[in-house]
Amino acid sequence: MAVAKRIIPCLDVNKGRVVKGINFKELKDAGDPVKLAKQYSDEGADELIFLDITAAEEHRKTMKDIVKNVASVINIPFTVGGGIKTLEDARNLLLSGADRVSINTAAVVDPELIQELMCIFGKQCIVVALDVKRNYDQGGKYFFSKDEKKYWFEIKIFGGKKSTGIDAIEWAKKVEKLGAGEILLTSIDTDGTENGYDIELINSICDKINIPVIASGGCGSVDDILKVYKKTEVDAALAASLFHFNKAKLKEVKKYLEKNNILVRP
Amino acid sequence: MVKISIFDYGAGNIFSLQSSLQRNGAQVSIINDFEESTEVDGIVLPGVGNFDPAIISINKCKAGFSRFMEKNIPVLGICLGMEMLFEKSEEGQLAGLDIIEGEVLSLPKNLVKIPHIGWNSLEITDKKSKLFEGIPNKSWVYFVHSYYTTPKNSDIITSRSNYGVHIPASIEINSIYCTQFHPEKSSTIGEKMIKNFINICKR
Repeated sequence: MAVAKRIIPCLDVNKGRVVKGINFKELKDAGDPVKLAKQYSDEGADELIFLDITAAEEHRKTMKDIVKNVASVINIPFTVGGGIKTLEDARNLLLSGADRVSINTAAVVDPELIQELMCIFGKQCIVVALDVKRNYDQGGKYFFSKDEKKYWFEIKIFGGKKSTGIDAIEWAKKVEKLGAGEILLTSIDTDGTENGYDIELINSICDKINIPVIASGGCGSVDDILKVYKKTEVDAALAASLFHFNKAKLKEVKKYLEKNNILVRP
Repeated sequence: MVKISIFDYGAGNIFSLQSSLQRNGAQVSIINDFEESTEVDGIVLPGVGNFDPAIISINKCKAGFSRFMEKNIPVLGICLGMEMLFEKSEEGQLAGLDIIEGEVLSLPKNLVKIPHIGWNSLEITDKKSKLFEGIPNKSWVYFVHSYYTTPKNSDIITSRSNYGVHIPASIEINSIYCTQFHPEKSSTIGEKMIKNFINICKR
């Protein structure tokens, strides 16, 4: 036996409500976070991720109260991200009941934060989120090509709005070294499209590191999840709209994967 | 009501553990010292943090802790709380609490991704374990760790999981119960184990 592939519903939270964005832009209301968390936990989610999607750009602290309410009703692990800038921000969330914190912008601005978090909380508490977009200009280190166009994978911050010039593969290797316990890898190119995960990006990152990776961005069907597990070495698949808008139930997803020889927790 | 204290190293989520114990009927207090006046039926060493800082925080009250251990009060050590009870760990420089003989080693770097994060199944080797009352063999439980224990006396191992190596998933020795996985995060199966531990504390 080995470790099961995880299915992680993601709850993007904006002003206390779960929302679903398209290509990081338009937002649709998808429900109450605590209610949804309990529902997914009962239905067999392996883990949950909450991302306060406006926190980083509006410089707000994340949703301590929501975290506390969620932690008192569910008995599966959950990660919280969005707007975490300091050790104190992370500690507040962890003490409120989050199992792990996810950092993105803050890690790029101050990479030492990863190391500091690791020394106190242990690396298993730290998820580093990578928001990645193809860049067709000069600048990257690892180049790929499709239809004769060359591109590289660039790290974006502040909710996908700001370019960094940082090559995503280089950055993934660096955050592993600094003490990240897991990478949450979101493709901005596929996010919200519901056309499937970014297989090329996921493989290029998984090849270079030895910490678990969560695939995110683009899941529109059960087949997309099967495909990402068949074609990549990824450890977990994140999905939002698939579950929020009732296109699939967690139980059905697990059954379908099991039937196709993917090891899942029933 | 069963009184259970969680020892807080000040380094992570103990709220979930507290909620889980409370949901299952325990009266929970959070402590950072083992005072003589503290009357408890059970102690939990939680599973979050880093080895050295956690050892430092418990060493500050080691005499008190030893006194509790001598009284044979049931202890549940989760993940790091399990690892701390050993002689030493590859995660830290400091000596462990040396209550269980053996070392804590890093998971095999060239074989598996580290940390071991996620759900793995249990091979229950001690069917009589009170912690596993009503728990079916091959149950799925949640792990999140980079190190694993290697007890000198393998008879104390009550369940195993496989992740590149055979991981002792739980051990029992006298009134000490340890799990490498997180029962408080292991859905209804874990909730049942928490309940079992509370029942152990009642006796």
